[in-house]
Amino acid sequence: MGDHTDIDRQVKTYILIFVTLMALTIVTVAVSRFHLPTHQAVAIALIVASIKGGLVASYFMHLISERKLIYWVLGFTVACFFAVLLLPLLSHFDPIRN
Amino acid sequence: MEIPYTVAERPDTGLNNGKIGIWLFLASEVMLFGALFASYLMMRIGSTAWPRGDTILNVPLATTNTVILISSSVTMVMAWASLKRKDFAKFRLFQALTVLAGFGFLGIKYVEYSTKFHHHLLPSTNTFLAIYFTLTGLHGLHVIGGMAINAYLLGPGAKLWKTDPEHFTNRVENSGLFWHFVDLVWIFLFPILYLL
Repeated sequence: MGDHTDIDRQVKTYILIFVTLMALTIVTVAVSRFHLPTHQAVAIALIVASIKGGLVASYFMHLISERKLIYWVLGFTVACFFAVLLLPLLSHFDPIRN
Repeated sequence: MEIPYTVAERPDTGLNNGKIGIWLFLASEVMLFGALFASYLMMRIGSTAWPRGDTILNVPLATTNTVILISSSVTMVMAWASLKRKDFAKFRLFQALTVLAGFGFLGIKYVEYSTKFHHHLLPSTNTFLAIYFTLTGLHGLHVIGGMAINAYLLGPGAKLWKTDPEHFTNRVENSGLFWHFVDLVWIFLFPILYLL
């Protein structure tokens, strides 16, 4: 990242990502109008949100061209995030408790 | 004492200290919001009835806020790109637009909150509203924090551009990383709270 042509190319990418994010926002709202069954609605909403989040993290936060150490930090964080998110579910679906 | 590696990369990490610092902070933020998302999930699957967000909350206002925050992410990254192009006037324009977008977001949130309070829909009313106010309230505080940093870099903090432009550019990049994170959290909050 440094010279002007490189930045000019990046700026074009930012505009493209912006348009994509707006389109995906419309998709999110439009899909919610169909009143799909809850599990389908949740799956679609989370998939679209994950794509949007991935675009923001990859391009606006420059994760697509970041150093290895940042990937390690984030990899560990994501693992902990899913543990926090999913471990309580084990107790909820515990057959002994139920 | 001068803080080391604000511009140059540390040989062991390959990053300047500000960059690694902000990413470690963001990692802790992921866990903060992750714990609250887990709480939401547990309360939702554990309840016998859960209202659809769009029956209680104002979806058009939240959609407008989504558009505002995504747009502000673009203006933020354009502010950084302007500094990379050594165009300080453009930086000021884009940075000001980012701060302005923050005000727009909070203004709409104020309208949303005051309407809820007016209809006696409070955090104590039910579990859904409790988690709604907790998540959006915490997110709102992050918006205020991001705006404060961005306003500082637009105002008194901009003096650094004259003496150490690279250091200033790094600061803008780091504040931008925080601002994009705030946008990223909203991208998940919007469908989870308002649409499902």
